[in-house]
Amino acid sequence: MRTIRFLLQKEFRQIFRNRAILLLIGVMPVMQLLILPLAANYEVKNINLSVVDHDRSAYAQKLITKVTASGYFKLRGYSASFKEELRKIESDESDLILEIPQGFERNLIREDQQQLFIAVNAINGVKANLGGAYLTSIIRNFNEEIRIELLPPGRFNPAPVIEITASNWYNPLMEYRFYMVPGILAILVTMIGGFLSALNIVKEKEFGTIEQINVTPIKKHHFILGKLIPFWVLGNVVFSLGLLVAWLIYGIIPVGSLLVLYCFLSVYLLAILGFGLLISTFCDTQQQAMFIMFFFMMVFILMGGLFTSIDSMPDWAKLVSRFNPVSYLIEVMRMVILKGSGWKEIWPQFGIIALFAVFLNTYAIINYKKTS
Amino acid sequence: MKEIVIKTDRLSKRFGDFTAVNEISFEVQKGEIFGFLGANGAGKTTAMRMLCGLSVPSSGKAEVAGFEVYRQSEEIKRNIGYMSQKFSLYEDLTVLENISFFAGIYGLSNREISEKTKALVEQLGLEKEAKKLVAGLPLGWKQKLSFSVAVLHQPKIVFLDEPTGGVDPVTRRQFWDLIYEASEKGITVFVTTHYMDEAEYCDRVSIMVDGKIAALDSPSNLKTQFKAGSMDEVFYQLARGAKRGD
Repeated sequence: MRTIRFLLQKEFRQIFRNRAILLLIGVMPVMQLLILPLAANYEVKNINLSVVDHDRSAYAQKLITKVTASGYFKLRGYSASFKEELRKIESDESDLILEIPQGFERNLIREDQQQLFIAVNAINGVKANLGGAYLTSIIRNFNEEIRIELLPPGRFNPAPVIEITASNWYNPLMEYRFYMVPGILAILVTMIGGFLSALNIVKEKEFGTIEQINVTPIKKHHFILGKLIPFWVLGNVVFSLGLLVAWLIYGIIPVGSLLVLYCFLSVYLLAILGFGLLISTFCDTQQQAMFIMFFFMMVFILMGGLFTSIDSMPDWAKLVSRFNPVSYLIEVMRMVILKGSGWKEIWPQFGIIALFAVFLNTYAIINYKKTS
Repeated sequence: MKEIVIKTDRLSKRFGDFTAVNEISFEVQKGEIFGFLGANGAGKTTAMRMLCGLSVPSSGKAEVAGFEVYRQSEEIKRNIGYMSQKFSLYEDLTVLENISFFAGIYGLSNREISEKTKALVEQLGLEKEAKKLVAGLPLGWKQKLSFSVAVLHQPKIVFLDEPTGGVDPVTRRQFWDLIYEASEKGITVFVTTHYMDEAEYCDRVSIMVDGKIAALDSPSNLKTQFKAGSMDEVFYQLARGAKRGD
């Protein structure tokens, strides 16, 4: 125990002397939590719309007004030539073309039937998908309205219509920040913990100071613990700062128990720090450690369920994400913060993360060799 | 019969098909200052790292402080001090912090630590710098500090790998005073160097050429044996035949 005390004293002294690390811990979480949730928004507004109107009738005008009044679309072009509007898509001025055919109004009234054409620029997949879907639903709405308007009440055929009302639980207003902030905080804690620990032992190798350590009778698990504990404390500090920002700026107060949240985080930090230390024991230079950690971080983040839902991934990707510690943290954070889940709901994730922690740290201790 | 603290028997280290240390056998007696000489790349550092338990030998036997290098390297580490070629104390800690950290790691009590630290700082004349970061010290002082840290826990043997490389002649002299002082306290000194005047300060020297020990005796005997006026000449005669170098 005394050895660990000396190791901790030394690590903390070094951390508090390193202004870059202090800045990283203090400023990075605050800045990222201020900027990212506002920017990373799935709600697509400002879709640029071109309208090719071959009809120029009152109903066509009505439809266009309805579409532009929805707030999701910006009318970028209005002409009678499809070619001209297609050029706007090519030059990236427009995302969508809505083509209204000739005789739109006439056919609508006389034949009760009309077709519209939507062309979507699918380079930006999300925008295209959502834009198409928004437009379709606005047109459907429009359709309902004219049916009521055109068919006289007497002749009105009360066709069975299924109306769907939905309510969004745990996030009633579908606010993306409620969904994003816990996820971003999860990634922040992972990045800071992972990189700091990955670069630490390898830094001692680069500077040669590890030689002086290796020639002492220090126990391997003491050395690893001496590295683990300081970063564990820092991880908790970053997390608490993040929760504070989430509360002050976004008004997000965890619905579930803070105790559960911190318990899970404590074990999670051990896992991710153990992973960093393991990388550190494999590498000889900070550059190597940085690149390897970067590779894993990319996979962890992109497959962690923050930006794209794991449920919609193919089966092989779902399998990969089970080995991704970040996915468990993001899941648990959302469960506890938004839904108020307790021990009963999160114990499977807790168990898996605990296994990760034990495995990674044991491996790191074994792989740290005092003798080459 | 003098007590033997280091004993090697055909100790070798191979990296792939390169044999860095080729079957060296020698003994070092307690309290000796043992010079370990050789050209760059002759295998001195590799041999020393094996004796310190930092590197596992490929073959052969070695005992240090009565412990065997393969299985008892941690026991060896309790009984030795080591100063590597590259400065390896923490540059972002102060002089005092470095001393107390290593003293703590070696298991000294708090009272011992504060006494030793005080004595050490006085001995090195570092009172003014004691609370400054080590990064700012001149090389000579850094080397003296590393040496003092290496003998802080009163080891049986201290291994010094080119301790005076790049250090000015006055500081080198002072450094050797520290070595003598440690030697008087009964610490065996195992030292590598490229300075032949320093070789003259040793009780016995071995000269390594291409991974093998080419000669081993006291400086005066070696000079007689090679009919040379100085250790410089002895070294030159032996090292000239070397095929390796850097």
